[in-house]
Amino acid sequence: MKFSRLIADTGEWLKEEGPHRNIVISSRIRLARNLRDQPFPGWAKKTERLEIAKVIKVAIESLPEMKDAFSENLEELSPLEKQVLVERHLISREHAAKGIGSAVVMNVPQTLSFMINEEDHLRMQALSSGLQLSTVFALINRADSELESMLNFAFHDELGYLTACPTNVGTGMRASAMLHLPGLVMNDLVNKIINSVNKIGLAVRGLHGEGSEAIGNLFQVSNQTTLGESEGEIIDRLNKVIETILEHERNARQMLLERRPVTLLDQIGRAYGILGQAHSIGSKEALNLLSIIKLGADLGLFPETSRHAVDQLFIETQPAHLQKGVKAQKMATEARDTLRASIIRAKLNSMPQPDITKISITPEEEESHDE
Amino acid sequence: MQKINLCETCSKAKGVSDPTGFELADLLVGLGSTPQMDLQAVPLKCPICEFTQTEFKKTGRLGCSHCYDTFLEMVQSMLKNMHKGTRHEGKVPARHHKLRFYNERLKTLNETLQEAVAAEEYEKAATIRDEILQLESEATSL
Repeated sequence: MKFSRLIADTGEWLKEEGPHRNIVISSRIRLARNLRDQPFPGWAKKTERLEIAKVIKVAIESLPEMKDAFSENLEELSPLEKQVLVERHLISREHAAKGIGSAVVMNVPQTLSFMINEEDHLRMQALSSGLQLSTVFALINRADSELESMLNFAFHDELGYLTACPTNVGTGMRASAMLHLPGLVMNDLVNKIINSVNKIGLAVRGLHGEGSEAIGNLFQVSNQTTLGESEGEIIDRLNKVIETILEHERNARQMLLERRPVTLLDQIGRAYGILGQAHSIGSKEALNLLSIIKLGADLGLFPETSRHAVDQLFIETQPAHLQKGVKAQKMATEARDTLRASIIRAKLNSMPQPDITKISITPEEEESHDE
Repeated sequence: MQKINLCETCSKAKGVSDPTGFELADLLVGLGSTPQMDLQAVPLKCPICEFTQTEFKKTGRLGCSHCYDTFLEMVQSMLKNMHKGTRHEGKVPARHHKLRFYNERLKTLNETLQEAVAAEEYEKAATIRDEILQLESEATSL
């Protein structure tokens, strides 16, 4: 499959309506595996890495679910193309930095992605819309079981799957969900949630994983530990925590509707106004405002059909995606900001104005501060 | 990255005498909690991939899957406080499942063989020996 065809479409999964789709954007499971008798990528010589990549790539391409897959060595991809894959969460930022001896294989719907010679020989992930970690695990687990009959994965009776970094041994699994939490952010409750989630051995990160900023009110919740619990137990634990966060987010949205309807209307109206009229807008501002439009759609202020358009904008307005259709070498930031604004304007202007009757402002009053 | 200011006495107590020896793996392991890391007269080295202990301290990563045998003690002390447990409870590759089965069966057969020999039941012992050889060849072809 050609790369141009791959990037023309943001992937089937985005169009699906998974469970809890209005808060949970996506569910993802990643498994780390290594060949038993080859040095890990960070220690392997170039010739060894090339050999490892070849063996693994052939095995992946032979899987029935990888028919017509997009499969490429990383040195064949431009930095911009790699960045597109990063923005879609199909490869990691670390993987995008790799070149000769590393490769990537993805299926057509972009629900399965295999990073070859990232930190480990193989990091494979399955991705799907909404909250469905168990389903996603079943997908990647099947691929893993098929691959282990062809590849001799490093496994230790006591430590489980062996990985380059000891922090990943055991299941080698990272399960994560991308959550959209504007209600908790607007109520200043999100830090409290993050702190308590961190305390129970789970991690909360920004949009692009480790060390990234929380923009667009998007947060990634994932397991930190991989040893001492089965895959199912880890997923159950994560699911329980996510369900709790969802409940808090719903309550926070309800609280906004009841106690601060004017603030809510004001924010949604301003977001609609700015996005519909701006002629230059940075990626961060765009994502933050799009998040508010998304909240508006969740609350019924925009028609159901506009939801997909907004989700699409979340991805299409990121720097590399903006430039993918452009022939020029590299666009300057100003040119990108102008292009981004025009794409957003076009989409926003095809959406009706927010239906403010959906929010009742009659009992509006200042919060009582009894102290 | 967390900066810690230590006075001379505390730093000695924590074993921080050489600031250059203050590497990533130390931080991962927890300061001063792994005496075997420092007391090793000859730094450990993986016989398969030649990855060294120094390298491990520097990067916090290992060189190959066999390094886990060489550095097992160090790794285990790192993992102790990091995870929910110290034993893998998840998926086992099918190949390993079979290997486990073979190993257990072989262990039992070897015991029975010893007993048969001790009891001077040589005919029985011969049958068991044949079965052991058969299983061993099956196990190596996995």
